[in-house]
Amino acid sequence: MSKFLKDYMLPAGGGVALILGISYGLANQGYGDSEIALLEERNAQVEARVEELSEQVAQSQQVAATSTDRVSELESALEEARAEAASAQEAVEAARAEAAEAVKAASAAAQADAGGGDAMAESASTESAASEPAVTLAASTTAREGGYGLGREATGDEIAAWDLDITPDGTGLPEGSGDVWTGEEVFVEQCAVCHGDFAEGRGNWPKLAGGDGTLADKDPLKTVGSYWPYLSTVWDYVNRSMPFGAAQTLTPDEVYAITAYILYSNYLVEDDFVLSNENFTEVEMPNADGFIVDDREAAEAHFWSAEPCMENCKDNVEITMRAAVLDVTPEEESTEVEATADTEAEQEAAAVAAGAQKGEVEESGTAPAALDMALVEDGEKVFRKCKACHQVGEGAKNRTGPVLNGVMGRTLGALEDFRYSKTMEEMGEDGIVWGEENMAEYLTKPRDYVKGTRMSFAGLRDEEDIAAVTEYLKSFPE
Amino acid sequence: MAHGSGKSGTSRRAFLKGAAAAVPAAAATAGAARADDPLITEVQDWASGLGEGVDATPYGLPIEFEDDVIRRNVEWLTADTISSINFTPIHALDGTITPQGCAFERHHSGAIELRKQDYRLMINGLVDEPLVFTYADLERFPRENHVYFCECAANTGMEWAGAQLNGAQFTHGMIHNMEYTGIPLRTLLQEAGYDAAAAKWVYVEGADASSNGRSIPIEKALDDVLVAFKANGEALRKEHGYPVRLVVPGWEGNMWVKWLRRVEVMDRPVESREETSKYTDTLADGTSRKWTWAMDAKSVVTSPSPQSPISHGKGPLVITGLAWSGRGAITRVDVSKDGGKTWQQARLAKPGEKMALTRFYLDTDWDGEEMLLQARAMDETGYVQPTKEALREVRGENSIYHNNCIQTWWVKPTGEAENVEVS
Repeated sequence: MSKFLKDYMLPAGGGVALILGISYGLANQGYGDSEIALLEERNAQVEARVEELSEQVAQSQQVAATSTDRVSELESALEEARAEAASAQEAVEAARAEAAEAVKAASAAAQADAGGGDAMAESASTESAASEPAVTLAASTTAREGGYGLGREATGDEIAAWDLDITPDGTGLPEGSGDVWTGEEVFVEQCAVCHGDFAEGRGNWPKLAGGDGTLADKDPLKTVGSYWPYLSTVWDYVNRSMPFGAAQTLTPDEVYAITAYILYSNYLVEDDFVLSNENFTEVEMPNADGFIVDDREAAEAHFWSAEPCMENCKDNVEITMRAAVLDVTPEEESTEVEATADTEAEQEAAAVAAGAQKGEVEESGTAPAALDMALVEDGEKVFRKCKACHQVGEGAKNRTGPVLNGVMGRTLGALEDFRYSKTMEEMGEDGIVWGEENMAEYLTKPRDYVKGTRMSFAGLRDEEDIAAVTEYLKSFPE
Repeated sequence: MAHGSGKSGTSRRAFLKGAAAAVPAAAATAGAARADDPLITEVQDWASGLGEGVDATPYGLPIEFEDDVIRRNVEWLTADTISSINFTPIHALDGTITPQGCAFERHHSGAIELRKQDYRLMINGLVDEPLVFTYADLERFPRENHVYFCECAANTGMEWAGAQLNGAQFTHGMIHNMEYTGIPLRTLLQEAGYDAAAAKWVYVEGADASSNGRSIPIEKALDDVLVAFKANGEALRKEHGYPVRLVVPGWEGNMWVKWLRRVEVMDRPVESREETSKYTDTLADGTSRKWTWAMDAKSVVTSPSPQSPISHGKGPLVITGLAWSGRGAITRVDVSKDGGKTWQQARLAKPGEKMALTRFYLDTDWDGEEMLLQARAMDETGYVQPTKEALREVRGENSIYHNNCIQTWWVKPTGEAENVEVS
C-alpha cells in the first residue's frame, strides 16, 4: 500500500477506537465533554482529509496515463474516508446522546463517589497526554466478548507493515521480479562487503555459496546452496533482516534480484535467470530433503536409562584431549590491569601518577580544545549505526570498515592495512583530506562522494546527526 | 598472600602465579606457632572511620573487588560483537538465580533501545480480531511469576570435536536463570480469539533489525510460554529484550524472542532462517534434525573448574555445580572424581524445579591428589545425561547445537583445573 494511504488510515483507525473507548470515560462529565471536543476535532480532521484526498484524486487523474492503478487506489481510499467520516459523525452524535445520559448518572454518582470518578478521569487523561494521540488513546478497552477487552484492533496497514514473513509455498511474496545481473550489481553494492563479491564470504561473515556435498564431511560448509531447504527463507531473510545495519531498505525487486544472484552463485540457475513471484516455487533447493524432524526420543531412547552405573563403570580412564593444548581460551586482561594497579598502590603512588597522567593529557592535547561534549555525546548514539563495521577508541581494529581513530584530518584511504575502494585510494593520492565539509558530503550520500566506495551505508539524512557523529569522531584523535 | 585484601586471585592467571606458594604456606602454618593477625590485632580503617552514605550509588553495582565476575566473549567465534554471544561467569556464581548484569547476551543485530511508550505487540493471523497492545495494556492482564533457565542451543557447542575452551564460563556459560514476571501467551491468544481448529503454530518475531522469528507449535504456545516484562523483580535489561521478551520454558534460547513485537497464529511454520539454516543439528551422515527445541538434561561442575581453582590445599572442599533439564525437574545429580569409574550422589540445594537451574553440592575432603571431576544429571523423565562419546555415537561431531555431554575437569595436585576429555 502507498505511504499516502497509510498516513490516512492510521489516525482514522485511531479515531474509531477512540470513539469506542469513550463510553468508558463518560462517568465524569468534564472528561466526556472534552472527549467530544476531541472527537469533533478528529472529525474535522477526517473531513479535511477527505478534501485533501479528493484534491489528490483529481491531481492523480491528470497523470493517469502513468498511474491508473494509483487512481483507483486513491478513489477507494476516498470512499473509505467518506464512510469513515460518516461513521465518525454518527459516533459523535451517539457519544453526545450517551454523554447527556452519563451526565445525569455522573452527577448522582459523583456525589456518592467523587474520588473514584476523579481517579478515572486522571488515569484517562494520563493516557491521552502521552504524545501519540491517535494510537495511544486507542489503548482504552474495546467491547469484545469474553477476555479482558484490552488492546485495540490492528489496522490492515499495520498488519501489512509488520507481517512480512514468507512461507515455503510462497505465501506472502509480493509481486515483483529480478534477474541475476541486476542481482549481482545490488549484491556487490549492498552485500559484498561482508559476503564477498561472489557470495563466498569475507572473514567470519557467512558464506552464501559453495559447500555442495560437504554436509557429511568433517567440516561441512553450510550455505544457501548446500544447506538451506527453502528458497522462501532466503527471500524472507534478505527482505526483513538484511543488509546488516540497514535492514528493510531493499525493494521487493532488489530482493528478487539478490535471491536470483545467490542462486546463480551456487550454480543453481543460469545467468539469464529471472526470479519472480510467479516462478518462485519452481526453484528446487538441493538440500530440501536433507532434514528430519527431531527424533531424539526414538534415536536416543537409550539415554532414558533411569538407573545409571555407580561403581566400576569402566576399567581405565585416560586423558585423551586437553583444552590447554589448543590454547584458544581468551586471556584475562583484567588480571594484568589489576596487578599493575596493585603495584602502584604498594608504592603509594597510584593517585599521584594518575593525576600527573591526566595533567599531561590536558597539556599535550593537540586535539581541538573546543570539542562540544554534548554534541560528542549525541554523536556516540549516532555512531551506533556505524559500529557494525567501524571501531574507535583504545584497541580499535579494522573490521569490515577501517578504524576511525584520527580519521578527521587524515588523508582518504590512508590506512595501509585496510583494503579501500579504488576511488577512495585515488582521492587520497590526490591529497584529499577528511574535514568537516567533505565528511558531511560523504555521510549524506557515501556513493555520491566516493563513487564505488565499499561502504554499504545509505547515508545519514539528518544534518544534526552528521555534525554530531563528526564531533564524536574528532574526540578520537590518532 | 594477602588474605582478606579482597583480591584473592580468583582469575586463572593470578592463580597460576600464586598457587605454588599458597599450598606450602598453608601446610606450614598448620604446625608452627601462629603470628597474630594484624587484621584482628590492629584497628583497621574501616573499623574506625566511616563508610559511604546512602544514595552514594542510587543503583548499585557489585563492589569493585568482584570486578572479574563479568560476562566474557570469545572473539574468534563470531565476525562481530553486534551479532554475537558472550558467556555468564557461572564459575563465580552460587545459588541458582543469575543476576541480570552478568547474564549472557546473544544479539543478531545488537541490543536495541526501545522505550516502553514506543512498544507495540501485535497478535495477528488466524484470530477473530487482530490486536495491538501497548506496554500499558500488557500490565493490565493477570500476571504470573516463574523461574526458568534460558540456554542457548549452542552452549557447549565448541566442544563437539574435543576439549577446546578452558573454563566453565566458556564451555557452559550460554545460560542464565531468572525469575520472570509476565503474562501467559495463552491469555493474549485467547484475547484475540485464536482459531482453535485451524491454529497449528505461532510465529513470534522481535522488533530489532534482525527481525528474529521462530515458529512455535500451538500446544507449547498455549502451555507455558510467557510474555515477560520483568526479570528478578526489575525491568528486563536492554540486552535481554527490554521492555518485553518471550520466555519459552525448557526450549532453546533462540526462541525466547527479545523485543517481542508480533505473534502470528498460523496453520504452518514459517521455516525462517533461524529454524532452517541455523539451530538445526547436522548428523554424521549429513542429514539434519530440525525442530530440536527441548534442551536435554545437563550439568556441569562450576567449582572447582579452570577459572575457579582450589586455592586452599587439602582438606574440606566444596564441589558445586548446576544442573537443568528442558524436559522437567532435575531429580538427581551424581559426581565422579575419577573420570566416571565411580559416582557419588550429590546434595541438591533444594528439590529440582521444572525447567529451572538446580544447584548441587558435594561436600568432600580433598586428599590433594588429582581428580577427574564430572557431574551427571538425571531428570524426572528418567533421562540420564550422556557421555560425550555416547552423544557422538548418535550425532557425530557436526551438530553444533544441543551438546549436553558430561564435562570433565582435570584438577591437578596444585588445585589448578583444565578442560579435558577422557577415555
